[in-house]
Amino acid sequence: MGMTMTQKILAAHAGLEYVEAGQLIEADLDMVLGNDVTTPVAIHEMEKFNTKEVFDKDKIAMVLDHFTPNKDIKSAEHCKCVREYAGEHNITNFFDVGEMGIEHALLPERGLVVAGDVCIGADSHTCTYGALGAFSTGVGSTDMAAGMATGKAWFKVPSAIRFELTGKPAKWVSGKDVILHIIGLIGVDGALYKSMEFVGDGIANLSMDDRFTMANMAIEAGAKNGIFPVDDLTTAYMKEHSKKAYTVYTADDDAQYDETYTIDLSTLKPTVAFPHLPENTHPIDEVGDIAIDQVVIGSCTNGRIEDLRIAAEILKGRRVKKGLRVIVIPATQAIYLQAMEEGLLKIFVEAGAIVSTPTCGPCLGGHMGILAAGERAVATTNRNFVGRMGHVDSEIYLASPAVAAASAVTGKISCPCELE
Amino acid sequence: MKACGIVHKYGDNVDTDVIIPARYLNSSDPAELAKSCMEDIDPEFVKRVKPGDIMVANKNFGCGSSREHAPIAIKAAGISCVIAETFARIFYRNAINIGLPIIECREAAEAIAAGDEVEIDFDSGMIYDKTKGLEFKGQAFPPFMQEIIKAEGLVNYINSKKN
Repeated sequence: MGMTMTQKILAAHAGLEYVEAGQLIEADLDMVLGNDVTTPVAIHEMEKFNTKEVFDKDKIAMVLDHFTPNKDIKSAEHCKCVREYAGEHNITNFFDVGEMGIEHALLPERGLVVAGDVCIGADSHTCTYGALGAFSTGVGSTDMAAGMATGKAWFKVPSAIRFELTGKPAKWVSGKDVILHIIGLIGVDGALYKSMEFVGDGIANLSMDDRFTMANMAIEAGAKNGIFPVDDLTTAYMKEHSKKAYTVYTADDDAQYDETYTIDLSTLKPTVAFPHLPENTHPIDEVGDIAIDQVVIGSCTNGRIEDLRIAAEILKGRRVKKGLRVIVIPATQAIYLQAMEEGLLKIFVEAGAIVSTPTCGPCLGGHMGILAAGERAVATTNRNFVGRMGHVDSEIYLASPAVAAASAVTGKISCPCELE
Repeated sequence: MKACGIVHKYGDNVDTDVIIPARYLNSSDPAELAKSCMEDIDPEFVKRVKPGDIMVANKNFGCGSSREHAPIAIKAAGISCVIAETFARIFYRNAINIGLPIIECREAAEAIAAGDEVEIDFDSGMIYDKTKGLEFKGQAFPPFMQEIIKAEGLVNYINSKKN
């Protein structure tokens, strides 16, 4: 019986010829990641190890992105703890304010994860790097500490669900709509403990930014990881961003899958997930009149340059609806600079939106856009749980940057096609 | 090893944002995190919970954010075991790694009600609802995970392997 793409990567990193679903393995790690919320807990755990040194200072990344620039004294203390630890241990990939960006946009941009890698991160959206053909998955702080100390992690080899993508998405349909559609189809635990393996000729019609968005939200279906095959677009991206050697793994023809879904991308519509679960999806033409108070365009899901370009295309020459707050957050400093050079930031400001420094900020109800009781937001983020962006009586509607930008103009959840 | 206590019952998809909201993640002190545990779906939980109590929920418990603060807060609040139909995978790992006992058992998750007195025998995986007079067999951990639990967490387990 053959292996899935994920199983092949895990086998190679466990020094095994063959692995099968359910098998417990110990795998070598190419990258161990943490942020300003999870790393202080990992550093505390590191103190309990017999060995105090890290396994490889080049294979650890620490990104201060959640509550930064420091939102309060306690957050400042956490960042200080990480900064001092990174200094003492000469952590090569430590990113502080000025260099940092939202971790899952930053690591691929800096070329720190490439195809064939095994990566763990103390952040659930670490699954983003599956877009590059890597195995990457979210863990907690103790796993991060164990990874930092030993360079290894234990895994139960996952079975997989295959998503055969065909066709070309229509105008205003993006990777965000595809992944929201899939989560709506299988549910928030539809891929629990499993891999989501995306295949098919439709992938050629999805940009790298679309793929990052889709792999990013694999966790919202409960998946261990989401993964894309490596094609010309992936290798071009890696050549542009990384000097690391990469390895291309492909699933065996006789690999076993628990289920296969075939999705014709050309039939999908802009999709919105209603409160309070990402599985509560509705195509845009069935949304109805839902007035909103805030729009957030950003996050590790949708804060990349293509996301900003499409939002700017819609907001150009238009005004944000009176009474609405629109917050645009480029995910990294490089994206911020590129958006500035392309004139996108000017378009946002002239439209009446604000542009923030890179931060996870409002996505997890940290800062920079918290909701009051009864308020509603359209957000390009990844979770719409109770209280996620603020008060327990506030509501989050998850959507693409195109829908978020169109909604910013109309003041209610809208399709960009309504503005044409 | 056994746990025995009164049940606090929840439904499907209890996410780590409601277990411990991000606004409290500027602390990593277990006692402080425990004060806000479950606040957004059950504000009375922290007033009601007693040491040794048991949490029971339906499917996909602990979904969402990877914050280890979630099992830490539950453990520090006094909960001795969480029973659920299924756990989200990162929460599952985190609970084992920090030494919070968890058991998957669909029948128990469905039948046990809030306020029931429940006893769990971790060696046999048996769950007893003493209020209703029912018993259930929970899903046993693979031997590898039992070793981590016996060592009271991943760090001790790794230390013991290296010695």
